[in-house]
Amino acid sequence: MNIIILILQFIFVPIISPFFIGLIKKIKAKLQNRQGASVFQIYKDLWKLLHKDEIISNDASWIFKIAPFIVFGVTFVVGANIPLFSSNLPIYLSGDILLIIYLLSVGTFFLALSGIDTGSSFGGFGSSREMTVSAIAEGGLLFSLLTISIIYGTTNLFDISSGNIFASNHFILSIILAFIGFFIVLLAETGRFPYDNPDTHLELTMIHESMILEYSGKRLALMEWASANKYVIFTSLGANIFLPYGISYNTGILSIILGILFLILKISFFSFIIGVIESRIAKFRFFRLPDLLLVSFILSIIAIGLIN
Amino acid sequence: MSNIFLKILKNKNNLIKINSKDIEKEEIISIGKKIKDNIDYLFNGSLAIRQIDAGSDNACEQELVALTNNFYDIERFGIHFVASPRHADMLLITGPLTRNMVKAVKDAYDATPEPKIVVTVGDDALDGGIFKGSYAILDKISDLIPVDYHIPGNPPSPKTILLHILKIFEVNKLK
Amino acid sequence: MLHLITSSIGFYFVLSAFLIGALGSLILSKNDKYANIWSNFFSILGSSTGLIFAISVMITGKTFSFKFNSLYQHLLSFAFNIDMLSAFFIGIISLIAIFCSFFALGYVKHFYKNYNIGALGFFYNILIGSLILVVTSSNAIWFLVAWEMMSISSYFLVVYDRKDESNVKAGLLYLIMTYVGTAFILFAFLLIYKYTNSFDFSIIKSNINLIPLVTKNFIFIFFIVGFGVKAGIIPFHIWLPLAHPAAPSHVSALMSGVMIKTGIYMFIRIFMDILQPIPVWWGITIIIIGSISSLLGVLYALTEHDIKKLLAYHSIENIGIILLGLGSSMIFNSLGMISLSLLSLMASLFHTLNHAVFKSLLFLSAGSVINEVHTRNMEEYGGIIKYMPQTALFFLIGSMAISALPPFNGFFSEWLTFQSLFQGITQLHSSLSWIFIIAVGSLAFTGGLALTCFVKAFGSIFLAKPRSQEVKSAKESSLSMRIGMGFLALFSILLGLFSGYTTILLEKVGRGLSVFNETFSSISISGNQLFKLNNGFSSIGASSVFIFIILGILFIIFIFKYLVNRDQKIKTGKTWSCGTELTPRMEITSTGFARSIILIFKGILKPSLQSDIEYHDFQSRYLPKSITITFKVNNVYSNYFYKPIQEIFNGLSMKVKKIQSGNINLYISYIFIILIILLYIIL
Repeated sequence: MNIIILILQFIFVPIISPFFIGLIKKIKAKLQNRQGASVFQIYKDLWKLLHKDEIISNDASWIFKIAPFIVFGVTFVVGANIPLFSSNLPIYLSGDILLIIYLLSVGTFFLALSGIDTGSSFGGFGSSREMTVSAIAEGGLLFSLLTISIIYGTTNLFDISSGNIFASNHFILSIILAFIGFFIVLLAETGRFPYDNPDTHLELTMIHESMILEYSGKRLALMEWASANKYVIFTSLGANIFLPYGISYNTGILSIILGILFLILKISFFSFIIGVIESRIAKFRFFRLPDLLLVSFILSIIAIGLIN
Repeated sequence: MSNIFLKILKNKNNLIKINSKDIEKEEIISIGKKIKDNIDYLFNGSLAIRQIDAGSDNACEQELVALTNNFYDIERFGIHFVASPRHADMLLITGPLTRNMVKAVKDAYDATPEPKIVVTVGDDALDGGIFKGSYAILDKISDLIPVDYHIPGNPPSPKTILLHILKIFEVNKLK
Repeated sequence: MLHLITSSIGFYFVLSAFLIGALGSLILSKNDKYANIWSNFFSILGSSTGLIFAISVMITGKTFSFKFNSLYQHLLSFAFNIDMLSAFFIGIISLIAIFCSFFALGYVKHFYKNYNIGALGFFYNILIGSLILVVTSSNAIWFLVAWEMMSISSYFLVVYDRKDESNVKAGLLYLIMTYVGTAFILFAFLLIYKYTNSFDFSIIKSNINLIPLVTKNFIFIFFIVGFGVKAGIIPFHIWLPLAHPAAPSHVSALMSGVMIKTGIYMFIRIFMDILQPIPVWWGITIIIIGSISSLLGVLYALTEHDIKKLLAYHSIENIGIILLGLGSSMIFNSLGMISLSLLSLMASLFHTLNHAVFKSLLFLSAGSVINEVHTRNMEEYGGIIKYMPQTALFFLIGSMAISALPPFNGFFSEWLTFQSLFQGITQLHSSLSWIFIIAVGSLAFTGGLALTCFVKAFGSIFLAKPRSQEVKSAKESSLSMRIGMGFLALFSILLGLFSGYTTILLEKVGRGLSVFNETFSSISISGNQLFKLNNGFSSIGASSVFIFIILGILFIIFIFKYLVNRDQKIKTGKTWSCGTELTPRMEITSTGFARSIILIFKGILKPSLQSDIEYHDFQSRYLPKSITITFKVNNVYSNYFYKPIQEIFNGLSMKVKKIQSGNINLYISYIFIILIILLYIIL
């Protein structure tokens, strides 16, 4: 049983992630009064890309060639080491918030380098924008998670997600503020509105898309998949850290299944909100983004201040 | 049952209008269903299109853009437009091939990974159309890069484009 | 054998190796090649024995001290005290010096014939030797002698490449700033002498209660300024980004990796050892200085496009991070939370070690790039990864380590620093915990910005297309240079992988200080390098992190390369550029990369944008001939800090000048008045 849970934990994020990207697209299409692509369209896209040939630029170095594997590998490792459906795993890496944040930075580092590597002007600007946004987002991300860590007295995500929910009721205001801060960072880190337009074909507004403009075939599939993984990682962090309801505390089959259902429900809820936001507002001007990120940082700092 | 009769009785204006739009919508859906079946069979259910403007008068672009709107909504059939030829399976080339765009079209063709389909859209793209013989254009795109199929019309309506894409798939399916 | 090494004999041997190396290379200075080999052979010999000496002292815990008395016994005695802290710093100095000397064997070749290699070897050896003297001397006067030897020898190394006018200027600024610092240090020691009547560190320590608190506070401020100048804290940093780049690269590595750490060493020595007990506000000051230095350091680094200046600003940033650890250690210490204080001190010592390793690695690899491309301007690099693949790999490792990316060593020391700050937030009362919240905030932003800065540096140096002809003729650097860089890269991996053992050693070093003699440890480290805070707040396993990352990535490569679609064809082609001819001018430059961040922080950085347009035809302004855009960051410190000081001094001098009228009668009357006053005082 333990082995099955462990394998499930490892493959859960990569397996489920394309579904939620498809779900957001579906929600957006419905709000635009379209039928839109199937929810499972992303799986089909990835499968097709994995079976296509590749063209790699002459100017690219080994960084460009290895980056998709590292970027995807990092999301795979992080996805296996955050609480998903069960807070009680037989074995895990550490679940430390700093480790998770810095591991995701490894992915960002190589993603940005691969954007510069081919010498294309889109890639370079995409990297510059991505690094600008992620550098300023880091403060908000760390502080929002730190608020919860201080409330529960541990930085271990598994311990937090299995912590007593009712003990946190005294700090409900802090948790709400930290959650708003986290949600703003979530939008930034997963490249959603108002930071980035994931569907755009217009070079001026692209951040994530312009870095992977040079990839094709298998490597493109990995990059797209990794960004989908990152979305699921952030939403399930939000789901399990800020709303730790329904997560399984033991290894019984029923509670695991319930845990999975609850997680999917919660992430779908997040996706619905994001879909609505993306349909309601326009992308911000690039130099207005730091203001929003600083709001997230300040909200989280206030949240910490309220604890003491 | 009685409800429905009641409603019909109450409603004086009992003429049901079916305009040409509704008919077209049904047609599109039936074409689209077939396209989707073909895409599922040929491309694992996903077709990425990169559109290249080789010097067009934007008429064809208008029609292609219309494909993504609410009415035609080709995303539901598994087709989407992409930002880079590196991501594409199909190149749609519009317009007469102007001299300034020769290098760009060649580059885009080279940048598209195999397997790929090249389709020209509109009469201009076939042989220069009304611009034929002008010093500013090379008449045939097929002289520069191998073109697999052609969609005629000046410009072709979105429905024509869809129908042609369907035919292209059906030809390929038989092979 | 071990007995012999961990005694004064081992110590003499280390020092004499450097002395022989220095004098010998001066004698051999007629022949460039022999002088180079001689000086570096002896510096390698001296530093390897120094490393063995330091490690065996640290492991056996056999500390010792000895001294030679001079004529003026109570003033100057050549006193050495090698305790755990000194041994740790000797270890760092020696470790870095070994690989810098290896690097120098190949690197110095390009100075042959144009410069005096003997002098370089002489000052280089003297610098390493005096660094070791600084961290071992235990008498204030003797310490100042060693401190000056260090400063002067490094000054001559900074101006070594004297054909470049800017280097000489940088050296002058360095010399002035150093002497300002030394003046403050001297003043602080004199104040201490006034109350304790001794210059000997151990006597001062035992008589520390004689100093009243107010004086102690003044002493603290003087030491902050004095050693802060050397450590490069903001706003006393202005010499650092000018002087470090000016020196030859292996010397910059030594200066940036080790020499500025002597300031940190003296902070620890004086605040955590000699001046104990300390008031809380000292620690708060240090934390605030650390926050400012780390945040501003990395912001200024982002604005640089001179590779060595960029690295020099990162030294300021990392000194800030070290000070965050030290400051929290001091706060915990004065609040009596000794075991947390030990944890924070370990964090700052660990970061000191790690920064020495990866910063010298970065300086050495920057040096080998400069050696091939002959410019420090990053805008003229590009694509070097294809011409110097190994150097690129080493620089990549260094960049990942300095950006604190796991599994490299920088991550673990930053993790420890974060933990000690987190403990401050959770365990202290509201007003003090806000200090720690600010510190965590600045550290988090610093981490993100440092990552950005190294994406910029690595991207514009090594990736994309070459931006100048020089790059295309670049070749991989010579074997000895690659040995120097390769081992440092290896060390930054090993220090990450075995961070548990390193931390155990650091705890031993910390316990060497008398405050921590009998402290409960607040962190436990198990055999598989698992750190665990004893109150259960956090834990992290170094080796499992390592294995997880490596296995995870290998697994992904295996699956997607060899299982899914194995017979995929990979072609190479041109970069897709919308059909235009892609030239290196279209690539993003390092200035362009950082531009958005600079504009976001324009309130702090005060950038200025000037554009000049020249037209073909003066009357019709339609055809511009050339457009020049100058984008630069104003030097806030010289404008708002140093310039006003200079003006005050100038004004004072002008006033003093008034009494010099040039009239002999007036001068005679001055002498007469002074004479009368003196007579009055004496009689």
